[in-house]
Amino acid sequence: MNSLFERIIRLRWWILIFLAIIAFTIFAGDFRQDPTTAILAATLRHSTPLVLGALCGMLCERSGVINIGIEGQMLMSAFVGFTVTAATSSLYLGVAAGLACGMLMGAALGGLTVSLQGDQIIAGTVLNIFALGLTSFLYTPGETIHSKTPRINVGPLADIPVIGKIFFANQPITYVSLLLVAVIWYSLFKTTWGLRTRAIGEHPSAAETVGVSVAKMRYLNLIIGGGIAGLAGAYLSLEAVGSFERGMTNGKGFVALAVMIFGRWNPVGAWGAALLFGYTNAIQTQFQFRGWLTGHPQFIGMIPFIVTIVVLAGFVGRARPPAAIGQPYTRE
Amino acid sequence: MKILRSALVPIIAVVLALLAGALLIQLSGSSPREAYSALFEGSFVGWERFGTTLEKATPLIMGGLAVAFAFKGGLFNIGGQGQLLFGALIAGAAGYGFTGLPWIIHMPLALLLGAAAGAAWGAIPGVLKATRGAHEVITTIMLNFVAANMAEWLCTKVWRKPGDILVRTPMIEGSAEIPTFGNIPLGFLIAVAFAFGMWYLLQKTTFGFEVRSVGLNPNAASYAGISTKRIVILTMAISGFLAGIGGSIETLGVLGRYEPGFNAGLGFDGITIALLARTNPIAVIPSAVLIASMDASASLMQFKAGVAPEITDVIEALILLFVATPIIVRWFFKSRQGEEISFGANWGSS
Amino acid sequence: MNNQQAPLALEAVGICKSFGPLVANDEVNLQVEKGQIHALLGENGAGKSTLVNILFGLYKADEGEVRVAGEKVEMNSPHDAIEHKIGMVHQHFQLVPVLTVTENIVLGDEPTKKGGVLDFEKAAQEVEALGKRYGLEVDPRAVVEDLPIGYQQRVEILRSLYRQADVLILDEPTAVLTPQETDHLLEVLRSLTAEGVSIIFITHKLREVLAIADKVTVMRRGEVVGATDPKETNEEGLAEMMVGRSVVLRIAKSEATPGNTVLSIKELNVLDDRNQSALKDFSLDVKEGEIFGIAGVEGNGQRELVEAITGLRPLVSGSILMGEKEMSGCSAREISEEGISHIPENREKHGLVGPHSVADNLVLNRYFHSPFAARGIRQTAAINEEASHLVEKFDVRTASIHNPARTLSGGNKQKVIAARELSHDSSLLLAAQPTRGIDVGSIEFIHQQLVNARDAGVAVLLVSAELDEILSLSDRVGVIYQGKLVAVAPTDEFTRIQIGQLMTSGNS
Repeated sequence: MNSLFERIIRLRWWILIFLAIIAFTIFAGDFRQDPTTAILAATLRHSTPLVLGALCGMLCERSGVINIGIEGQMLMSAFVGFTVTAATSSLYLGVAAGLACGMLMGAALGGLTVSLQGDQIIAGTVLNIFALGLTSFLYTPGETIHSKTPRINVGPLADIPVIGKIFFANQPITYVSLLLVAVIWYSLFKTTWGLRTRAIGEHPSAAETVGVSVAKMRYLNLIIGGGIAGLAGAYLSLEAVGSFERGMTNGKGFVALAVMIFGRWNPVGAWGAALLFGYTNAIQTQFQFRGWLTGHPQFIGMIPFIVTIVVLAGFVGRARPPAAIGQPYTRE
Repeated sequence: MKILRSALVPIIAVVLALLAGALLIQLSGSSPREAYSALFEGSFVGWERFGTTLEKATPLIMGGLAVAFAFKGGLFNIGGQGQLLFGALIAGAAGYGFTGLPWIIHMPLALLLGAAAGAAWGAIPGVLKATRGAHEVITTIMLNFVAANMAEWLCTKVWRKPGDILVRTPMIEGSAEIPTFGNIPLGFLIAVAFAFGMWYLLQKTTFGFEVRSVGLNPNAASYAGISTKRIVILTMAISGFLAGIGGSIETLGVLGRYEPGFNAGLGFDGITIALLARTNPIAVIPSAVLIASMDASASLMQFKAGVAPEITDVIEALILLFVATPIIVRWFFKSRQGEEISFGANWGSS
Repeated sequence: MNNQQAPLALEAVGICKSFGPLVANDEVNLQVEKGQIHALLGENGAGKSTLVNILFGLYKADEGEVRVAGEKVEMNSPHDAIEHKIGMVHQHFQLVPVLTVTENIVLGDEPTKKGGVLDFEKAAQEVEALGKRYGLEVDPRAVVEDLPIGYQQRVEILRSLYRQADVLILDEPTAVLTPQETDHLLEVLRSLTAEGVSIIFITHKLREVLAIADKVTVMRRGEVVGATDPKETNEEGLAEMMVGRSVVLRIAKSEATPGNTVLSIKELNVLDDRNQSALKDFSLDVKEGEIFGIAGVEGNGQRELVEAITGLRPLVSGSILMGEKEMSGCSAREISEEGISHIPENREKHGLVGPHSVADNLVLNRYFHSPFAARGIRQTAAINEEASHLVEKFDVRTASIHNPARTLSGGNKQKVIAARELSHDSSLLLAAQPTRGIDVGSIEFIHQQLVNARDAGVAVLLVSAELDEILSLSDRVGVIYQGKLVAVAPTDEFTRIQIGQLMTSGNS
């Protein structure tokens, strides 16, 4: 009990910010239940691709590999998922295809950085450029899918006022993302896989000298992470928008990196950061709704990004990444 | 001799990428021979086409220099897009805002004001990194978005010509234009001059030595008495300055005004070019011309060979891939000599 | 205990290994009997580390065999080595600093509950029991980076013992220990051999070989030059085998004639990277023409002291005076210009910019002065001239002054740093671990340079974890313990045992 109390004291600033945000939301929602709920629900939705992207980046960087190709993974998966669904009329096949595409790209990143010992930044950039070029090259406008993924209400839980609407009346990938935060947090800190992953990101030779194969683990994590990024891509085209556009990720992969650094490479922290960012997106619509800053919509558009910079510079400061990232590992 | 050796890897990479691209073109149903001859024709045959290629290469050179210079200092400037944008915008504003000035004053003034705007936009992440340790990848990307929004607002509210439906600045005065000599754009020559200037700055001056030292080993640099904070801020400011010049030249030499969306992706192309040139300022020139040639002839390739213009993006990615992978470097050079630039090494430092 | 009829616990037969043009091991044979303490002696760069890395599966030999208990084995990775019950205690600890003791020890072989979930309780209990059994107690829940170095080494050793190693390889284990800790370690090793564990003990310290080894194999430049029983030889004999010529084991130096006080530190309070107190009311004086040696185990504030003096770390309170001038608050460059030279303890990280040329590194502290720069433009002719001059004067072995500094051997890198710092017009020279990890020839050279500087009137502050170095070079010795200077006296007033006790516990 003591440590819980200590934790609350340590996180007091974040808790204050959280309460301030809730208060502001209620104010922005005109003190009515429906708009307030809508804002918070939109927050969760906007945060989904970001938290998935951040989890991908986190798995990679915790293992010691920088992945700035998340943007490319998301874009490619969005495209593949959309195309497969359009061809087969099956949303589930589309999502699966997006997942598989992400995993493949993760494996490609592994090949470039682990086996070929290439520079990780270049490898990620290559993925991004490839994805943008290939998806634009192959995309034929005019294809459509019949619907987005359906909203699933979790039984009676969805009827709880406010909380129910936010957490229990969502689409599948959103649920999966919430689950993944918990699963990855648990796995990273309580299982052997998590211990070994953290070890190879901090001090790979320490792990190698007790018989853990750094190369194998990095491949594994890059592929799993890639799959998660693939989910994020599938979310964009199949759950959020319902179609594909050239360059539709529009920098979300990089914002996910910001979310990851914000969250200090911790799944729960990343989720919080993603929510913050998602909130700034959600509140934009409310601004327009309430007629604030109507004459200057561009300033509304700037809000998410300025908030990110302020919080990053003001509160996060020198975030310390896993010690061994950026360098290819070789035994000799 | 050393120059030839270090040029060998990118050249081989380009050749390999073109071969792979040819395969892709074949698979998509077109003829690689037609496509590649259109590629060459579209960019180099005829002075007018050549001039267009050089014109397109100019912002790529400046964008590439911006990223390359920052890399030398150990920094990832992904904000070239925003810095370039502000450069273009401010140059456009200065171009139409001042009247009655002779060309010899107006043009350089507009150019430098645009560059200063880029420098300021670049300095912000530099200061945040130096004082607060905020990672520049994040801040520069965020600032790109902020820049796009702010530029739109400025164009809509402050600098729009009354009666103009489109969101853009008015045309610049003739006295602010950057001319072309025959078909060679002066802007291209300015960019080339900057490339050589940056090379000189980095290799021959004490400041350049300090920048490179901080980029290679910030710990040893501070032990040697170099103020890493000062270098970080200056490096980002100069990087932004270079990007700003690129944007200014686009406005003053090509478009004549600032239009939002005029160069979607130019900042990111700068990253490709810097990586392709392995951060060598002089090598940025041929890299930029290569990429520009592909962009310039994309439409001709489509017209003559029926190939989708995005194939050039794929080829560019392949070039980068082959340049980057050390296995290929080691395959062609038995010895391990030569500078191996590790971009990832400074990711975690603050 | 030593049964001649039994198969050898571990054997290397005809091992050859090259890295490009560099031959690290050339037809190396090693025979370790069961329950034996076998010392592997050689100077830095002789090939000892390469050999044991092959035995542990980190490297793959180009030719030759490794035999465990008489049978040939395939050694492709540390995993294989662990399967064959070989364990290794590395010179640079292979521990993950941010993880706990328990996590580090059980990594790769974790006790689990269902589904891969770690059983932390069980693991902690096993670690505690293991520590007790071998006399290597450590708090299972401590985070490794918080532990003092001696305890970190215990964790490193326990890693191998947890996997029931029959052969334990220790690479330069006493480099970071006080004399008392060294004695304790040797006791632990003896008790292990009593249980039948075989020990391979890499060292370059002759004293230890004579004290503990049952057998010693000497390597030089990649080859085995001999294997003998230490009882049949002495320090000089071993040194000669190791280096190939007779070696000066102690620098001859004349009596010091100290002059005025150059550096005066008063009541210094400094924090470390974790905002804990690193130096507490620390005071000391160094005079011109003397070598003041600070003895102490790493991690007792030496690094922070050096950083505070050179301007790289802010003070909480206190003052640092050069002559009459207050130096605290000045920038690193100002301090350097005031006449303080510094040989940093981590040459790779702080001393050199590896990819820069040897020439550039030689002027790294003066590149902005004339004649090396004029109005911001570098004068390469002047730089090259100075570099060539220094390379000759300091006997730096390099193919060209334009080669990157990282291509140099450890000893030559250190010579570059020494050359640079000793050519700077300075009144105070700070030398931190100046001969760590370099060959005997370079060690002799650097020691001589330090004495020469002293004789020329420079005040030398020497910080070293090698007690022998401190004792042979210093005119006065101070012992640092937990951020305080616990004793200061002329060198000959101390005994080794006294200093060792002061280093370990702060009192004698």
